[in-house]
Amino acid sequence: MSSMTKPSTGAVVTSPAAATTTKTRKSRLDPLYYFFLFPALAIFTLAVTLPAVLGFVYSFTNSVGFGEFDFIGIRNFIAVFQDEGVLSAYSFTLAFALVTVIVVNALAFLLALGLTSRVRFRAALRTVFVIPMVISGIVIAFVFQYLFSNSLPLLGQSMGIEPLATSILANPDLAWLAIVVVTAWQSIPSAMLIYIAGLLTVPAEVYEASSLDGASPWHNLRHITLPLVAGYAVINMVLGFKNYLNAYDIIVGLTDGGPGVATRSVAMSIFRGFEGGDYAYQMANAVIFFLISIVIALIQLRFTRGKGGIAA
Amino acid sequence: MSSAPGTIQAGPAAAGKNHRVRGHQERSNWPATIVLLVCTLSVLVPLYVTVSMAFKTTGQAVDGNAFSLPSPLTFDSFIQAWTLTNFPRGFAISVFVSVTAVAGEIIVSALAAYAIVRNWDRRLFRWSFFYLLAAMFIPFPVVALPQIQLTGLVGLDNPLGVAILHIVFALAFNTMLFTAFLRSIPLELEESMRIDGAGTWQVFWRLIFPLLGPMSATVGIFAFIASWNDFMMPSLIISDPEMQTIPVLQKIFQTQFSNSYNVAFASYLMAMTPAIVVYLFTQRWVMSGLTQGAVK
Repeated sequence: MSSMTKPSTGAVVTSPAAATTTKTRKSRLDPLYYFFLFPALAIFTLAVTLPAVLGFVYSFTNSVGFGEFDFIGIRNFIAVFQDEGVLSAYSFTLAFALVTVIVVNALAFLLALGLTSRVRFRAALRTVFVIPMVISGIVIAFVFQYLFSNSLPLLGQSMGIEPLATSILANPDLAWLAIVVVTAWQSIPSAMLIYIAGLLTVPAEVYEASSLDGASPWHNLRHITLPLVAGYAVINMVLGFKNYLNAYDIIVGLTDGGPGVATRSVAMSIFRGFEGGDYAYQMANAVIFFLISIVIALIQLRFTRGKGGIAA
Repeated sequence: MSSAPGTIQAGPAAAGKNHRVRGHQERSNWPATIVLLVCTLSVLVPLYVTVSMAFKTTGQAVDGNAFSLPSPLTFDSFIQAWTLTNFPRGFAISVFVSVTAVAGEIIVSALAAYAIVRNWDRRLFRWSFFYLLAAMFIPFPVVALPQIQLTGLVGLDNPLGVAILHIVFALAFNTMLFTAFLRSIPLELEESMRIDGAGTWQVFWRLIFPLLGPMSATVGIFAFIASWNDFMMPSLIISDPEMQTIPVLQKIFQTQFSNSYNVAFASYLMAMTPAIVVYLFTQRWVMSGLTQGAVK
């Protein structure tokens, strides 16, 4: 049990709490506790479990979202695997998530390093760097859409940079870059704050002792800082990857999946289930997406346990 | 790191002291300061463009130069954006969704977490915890299609339905935060109150809930930012376009009024301002909250 929740909040204090409760209230249970627990269980069951089960059942049918339907076995699943549109959505989403995770973590870590060093205006700088986190994804995507399709081409033309002279949002090979940029812009702050928290857990004495021994700043970074923040990097990657797999708002605001279907994410392809009458078909897609998300999460958790740095 | 919020907020402060001690030997790091100041441009320039575009006339806004200052300065775009998006209605609906999500997330998860922590030795409560935790692995897109159907069926294809979904999808994380925090509260406090004759209901509302204050603040602020800014859920769940939230309303500038850049940016500015203002006033909890969630 404790190994199951290792990377989660719950794990750290599981056993002491269990011990204290056993001591006091083994015998009698106030029924009011059921009443406390009930709302959470009820809305979760009705709003997540029930639709999840329904969706799973529908994925084996030919339903169009209403009216009668028949069970058709795993035909939807076979069709999904043969659907080039869906496959390209998967490869785009996975590649996008991977690139974004790397970009976000690299920049967030550098910013965190800077903000925990002896810079001036530290509080003000941090305030500014966190702002993107609190801005609506779709709204900032609209702002960047204007910059990418109007201002950047003007700049590219005046500087004679060929690929920038036209809107990169209209370029099937480059549009994904714009999505990475805006997603990174929005997600760097939260990753940065987590890295700052990690860096602040390293006592200053460690660095002082190391410097007295004649270690270079690079040596300190490589052998003290990086190993100590490894656990925080894992948190950032797990949380980030999960979010990027579900990418939707920013893509809608920037390209709406275009040009063509070049930047259509899995979430976007699932939501199309209500447009083309391929409701059950997209449910099969959602089931596959769910399984892939689970597998990725498990791989990451496995990796996390190896690092073992989170709950510490 | 300990799980008490006091220690976490003390964390940066203590570290700041360390820096100051070291500051005696080494001076401020100006090169890093300058690099970071330059980096803030990546945040400030898009915001500057939003503000300056919003104050331009339609004639100036279409020239494609996003970085010029507005001349002449005009408020017309705000007036137009206000009427085009029916801002007061959208604002009221967004406020309703956010307030419901904030209150719901705090109360539902705090109650559940308290019941779970105090009855951890009972199977039902222990399993409920892991059941709720499973939500972390079920993203909205996976269950979206049946959810859209179900909310339509029971008449929740409206802002209230969206608020409930926000509560549900944050439930796992919030319950986790609250349970971790509750486990650090000594049971003795509670027992002395019970000896004085207080029941579970009083213990929770008079003792536990006030103690949860800092954690509730964090949960509430993140609930507000997430629900105020969300596009995906309201755009899919709310069936009546007249009942849409502020972020979804911004779409009209992509379709119907695609050349009135100044009006669009005025509208974007009005959409993002409330969340920025809330952030500036509640920074402390935003910062500590994120690290609490991660560190514990």
